[in-house]
Amino acid sequence: MQRNPQLNENGELQHLLSIEGLPREILTQILDTAESFAGVTEREVKKVPLLRGKSVFNLFFEASTRTRTTFEIAAKRLSADVINLNIAVSSATKGESLLDTVANLSAMQADIFVVRHASSGAPFLIARHVKPHEHVINAGDGRHAHPTQGLLDLFTIRHYKKDFSKLTVAIVGDVLHSRVARSLIHGLTTLGAPEVRVIGPQTLMPAGVEALGVRVFHDMKAGLKDADVVVMLRLQNERMRGALLPSAQEYFKHYGLTLDKLALARKDAIVMHPGPMNRGVEIDSNVADGPHSVILPQVTFGIAVRMAVMSIVAGN
Amino acid sequence: MTKLPEAEALCQQLVRELKPRVGPKTAMVGLYTGGAWLAERLHKELAIKAPLGLMDIAFYRDDYAARGLKHDPKRTTIPFDVNGAELLLVDDVLFSGRTIRAAMNELFDYGRPASISLVVLADRGGRQLPICAQHVGAKVEVPEGQRLRLKRETAGKLVLALEADRAA
Repeated sequence: MQRNPQLNENGELQHLLSIEGLPREILTQILDTAESFAGVTEREVKKVPLLRGKSVFNLFFEASTRTRTTFEIAAKRLSADVINLNIAVSSATKGESLLDTVANLSAMQADIFVVRHASSGAPFLIARHVKPHEHVINAGDGRHAHPTQGLLDLFTIRHYKKDFSKLTVAIVGDVLHSRVARSLIHGLTTLGAPEVRVIGPQTLMPAGVEALGVRVFHDMKAGLKDADVVVMLRLQNERMRGALLPSAQEYFKHYGLTLDKLALARKDAIVMHPGPMNRGVEIDSNVADGPHSVILPQVTFGIAVRMAVMSIVAGN
Repeated sequence: MTKLPEAEALCQQLVRELKPRVGPKTAMVGLYTGGAWLAERLHKELAIKAPLGLMDIAFYRDDYAARGLKHDPKRTTIPFDVNGAELLLVDDVLFSGRTIRAAMNELFDYGRPASISLVVLADRGGRQLPICAQHVGAKVEVPEGQRLRLKRETAGKLVLALEADRAA
């Protein structure tokens, strides 16, 4: 049997490439460790010495502000040295191959590579070629996975709802292009959430998504009924240009989260969004800034979750 | 077979010893897991005003490079101002001194205490660092390859026990 490429021979997390295929114990270990790091991020001195002397290379082949910044803050709070490479405007444009770029950075004594790439699977390719002491963390690859976002979503849900075993979670929007949705769905089903719903137009729903263990709704009102958690996905503007959607206004009318629609969910429902959000397209400002919204706490939790992932992989 | 002292009796002995030392600036921090149980007991019986602090030193250990993060660390909570506090740092068993080194480093990331005194239920010797406890319940000899641990029974009773050392 082929070993999960993320785990070492002892079944410990060596790289974080995808939530899919990770056992429940490892997800719980990451969330519990993140809980302890959340305490560190609330102190006056928000730093621990764990990764002193280690180098974290942020390899972003695709633009990102929030994810790159929170990885950088997380690494710095672990006392690692952080090197940010904006490859989109660097070697790749000069024709260097992905593996040559990584080999060169490895020669600069890297310990952790945080990789974002537009091609699905790029972090897997890198993980297969790094040295045994080097670790790869996927910061988003194509439409495939965004595991640290999925984990911070799980952390946020656990923080507010405590227990996954009775939850109804509704994920709304462009599920087809969303690596965030895919990672979160795998995480929720692994941790035992009994009802995960995906809501969106047929054109933005991947074929056969039911196989992931979700219920599909095209009517948002039906899908939101009695939901404990509502996760809004970003509608990527570039999708408007194709034939997938008529217009932003039309989309907002059917799938934008407004106070009226949110009223169908449970009274204590939380509203999440991975950011960056398009106000008035997928979410109304009244909701985004309202009492159910935990969108900004998600960003803060993201730092603790990334600290947990880096300190677990670097120790294995 | 080594005869181990009664943890409950040592606990009461520490209460008597510490009582005269408790003042308005006294605060207490217990180290997970055994030290936290002992600290909960001492904190209550000594009626220390500042709420009890609990600490997991996982992020300050000196063997992370060799062992990684092997257990799920608990969240450290220090619900009082460390600056100027006269701290009683509580652990169950004092051995190499490495845990206490890590704990002191973590404490200083919360502030600058006026003083730190170390309180342990049992001192088994074998120090690898220049650290000593100011308040010791008992000195205990531990046979090689064994580990001395504090356990909490269902009724809350504290008991010292020997077990095989997994690291040995």
